[in-house]
Amino acid sequence: MTPLLEVKRISKMYGSRIGCSNVGFDLYPGEVLGIVGESGSGKSTVLNCLAGHLEADTGSVVFDTRVDGPKDTFTMSEPERRMLGRTDWAFVHQHARDGLRMGVSAGGNVGERLMAVGARHFGDIRQQAIDWLGRVEIPENRIDDRPTTFSGGMQQRLQIARNLVTGPRLVFMDEPTGGLDVSVQARLLDLLRELVRELGLSAIIVTHDLAVVRLLADRLMVMKDGHVVETGLTDQVLDDPQHEYTQLLVSSVLQV
Amino acid sequence: MIDIQNVSKSFVLQNQGSAVISVIEGGNLKVAAGECVGLIGASGSGKSTLMRMIYGNYLTQSGVIKVGDLDVANAAPREIINLRRKVLGYVSQFLRVVPRVATLDVVAEPMLQIGVSKNEAYDKARSLLWRLSIPETLWGLSPMTFSGGEQQRVNIARGFANDYPAMLLDEPTASLDGENKENVLSLIEEAKARGTAIVGIFHDEAARDRVCDRQVDVTKFTPIKTA
Repeated sequence: MTPLLEVKRISKMYGSRIGCSNVGFDLYPGEVLGIVGESGSGKSTVLNCLAGHLEADTGSVVFDTRVDGPKDTFTMSEPERRMLGRTDWAFVHQHARDGLRMGVSAGGNVGERLMAVGARHFGDIRQQAIDWLGRVEIPENRIDDRPTTFSGGMQQRLQIARNLVTGPRLVFMDEPTGGLDVSVQARLLDLLRELVRELGLSAIIVTHDLAVVRLLADRLMVMKDGHVVETGLTDQVLDDPQHEYTQLLVSSVLQV
Repeated sequence: MIDIQNVSKSFVLQNQGSAVISVIEGGNLKVAAGECVGLIGASGSGKSTLMRMIYGNYLTQSGVIKVGDLDVANAAPREIINLRRKVLGYVSQFLRVVPRVATLDVVAEPMLQIGVSKNEAYDKARSLLWRLSIPETLWGLSPMTFSGGEQQRVNIARGFANDYPAMLLDEPTASLDGENKENVLSLIEEAKARGTAIVGIFHDEAARDRVCDRQVDVTKFTPIKTA
């Protein structure tokens, strides 16, 4: 089986400070990878380099495209990369307002991504938007409301609908449940798990919440000061951590 | 089905002066299809550790742990995930689920995961819950709010949802009363009849004597402690 994403030796410096150094992994179809670490550990830098939001200094990210097979996204042409960002890739931001257009209705937010890949029939677009709002449990009668009138949890679910409507194969998530209260978090986790299972998505989730990765991620990567200090099966890393830092991290979680 | 050869395991506590705790040395165990082996030994002797090494959530320092064709001790995470989906089931002592997910969905999930149709998966989930006497009124609720015994039974229903060729059972009958214990033991016996290789920890002697074909004392794998 070809990996969906092959990441090799990614490094990014911010001046003389290390953003991330020598990060590499393979992600296979249907797999969910969690990246954990404290703030400043470089986990968001890695995610942004992978998704093309930041330019890495060195390394390569090879994505198995639908048409042409594996291609290096760093050397890809800009239009090609943008197309990827609208079709096979999705990016769920920590703050829903970074991933939504706040001045456009909920239905418009979902429909816009469909139009970006060529959908033109208004009736179809609206129907698909309604369908996706339903899947993320946003009532149909809110379709014409702007996201500014939504609660934080609803905005986050709308962002997920907007991202998944075009049937991406790889989803990048930056703290998708951060900033939400726990009851909303639980519902979102359940939704994400179901979507991953039903659509066979692959995902890379950056978070500092170990409980979230235990429930969502198959594999785990632990970062500290820009370096990957430990990788492995999620429950193995959490139950039998090897590196000093991971041991500290795991033993520092408060028990409820 | 399960073949463990000369395994060892130690924990290194990096933040506590790099203390090394050696738990298992020279561990060997073979379990044939349709056989149930009970692990015995005092608390802290390494029963659960050995079980977790087989499941792959504890790393193994040296040796071989074959489950079917895969050597878990040296396998890639992806191979272990695949093994757990299709070959190796595990009933832990504690239920770990996404909050607010209904009991019926919790039990059906492992089946949906390997591509069983929704109808079939939910039918089987219902029959398992019914068999383990979880009242139907609770099926739509999250098991997190259930009593200890009920949670344990939901955990068992989930563990037995797929017919795995190999299973690990960590105290499946603890905190269960007579009738429920009987139901669980008969599930185990049926799995054995299907040819499932089982490694189990049973503190309840009667249960152990009934389902285990032989017992292995893990104390013999425990290194001699030097102070």
